[in-house]
Amino acid sequence: MKTLSLIAVVITGLLLLSAVHDFPDWADPESPASDYRLSQHYITQTFPETGVPNMVTAVLADYRGYDTMFETVVVFTAGIAIIGLLRRSPSSRNKDKGKATRTYKKKPDLIVDTTCRLLIPIIQIFALYVIAHGHHSPGGGFQGGVIFGASFILITLTRDLQAAQKWVPEKRILNLAGIGVLLYAGFGFACMLLGDNFLDYAILHKIMPATPTEARYHSMLGVEIGVAFTVTAIMFSIYSNLASNGEMKETL
Amino acid sequence: MIWIFDLITLIFLVITALISLQVKDLLSAAMVFGVYSFLMCLLWAGMEAVDVAFTEAAVGAGVSAVFLIATVLRTNRRSSD
Repeated sequence: MKTLSLIAVVITGLLLLSAVHDFPDWADPESPASDYRLSQHYITQTFPETGVPNMVTAVLADYRGYDTMFETVVVFTAGIAIIGLLRRSPSSRNKDKGKATRTYKKKPDLIVDTTCRLLIPIIQIFALYVIAHGHHSPGGGFQGGVIFGASFILITLTRDLQAAQKWVPEKRILNLAGIGVLLYAGFGFACMLLGDNFLDYAILHKIMPATPTEARYHSMLGVEIGVAFTVTAIMFSIYSNLASNGEMKETL
Repeated sequence: MIWIFDLITLIFLVITALISLQVKDLLSAAMVFGVYSFLMCLLWAGMEAVDVAFTEAAVGAGVSAVFLIATVLRTNRRSSD
């Protein structure tokens, strides 16, 4: 069986390698991806239309905003699925009380504690910078949210889960994640209520003190913040459920 | 992109992919998988896809490695096959 699957893998790999020949050269201006008129539109019109220098953010949050909204919903659903699979209620916890579980007693180490005390604020400020500065440099809601969630994971790793839950209590995690998705969808529905298409931010200049271009710029920041809320909450929730065996008491 | 840098990164990418599949100790497999993600991040950055490289560094090399390690420590450290 193993040799059979090896043969299948090798044949598929050779087929894929032979297909690589037909690819256009790297950064070839004649390649279909660069030649198509839609790419030309994005390259030349992104800044005049939205005022965002980083083309990737503009495509992600404005031109292809529908995709990004449902990516956020995917993250939200993954978080709910992990909570549903792993989280154990207090009643089922008592059943295997007699079972010996591995416990990791943590002694507060001076060096680790001091380093993290200094590092965690810097990580969180960097995460906020990544979210807010995604228009001008690489970054955005997903990356910033992951970095923000990682700072809570670092608190959990160096102290314990209770210390991190002071800032992100378990009850609020799903609220936070839901607020993120609702914020994103709210921008879309606000556009619809004002009489334009879903997630067509330019119409929002009617309720914002801004020109249509600026309205698109600021709405993108709004939806990025929504994405960041969801991703932060879900990342921390996934880690705390995995590391505490779904009991939310002691972690590794 | 400098082709020597490209070549070395790609060779190490294949090596780390094979190691993380073959090694029996799942904790080392999770760590080598983190290295794989980091090499992918270097390749994206080399191709000037900085946004993708940033995501790969934060999600692939950062958080998902932590998730895998947490899962390994809570389940079984030895691979059964």
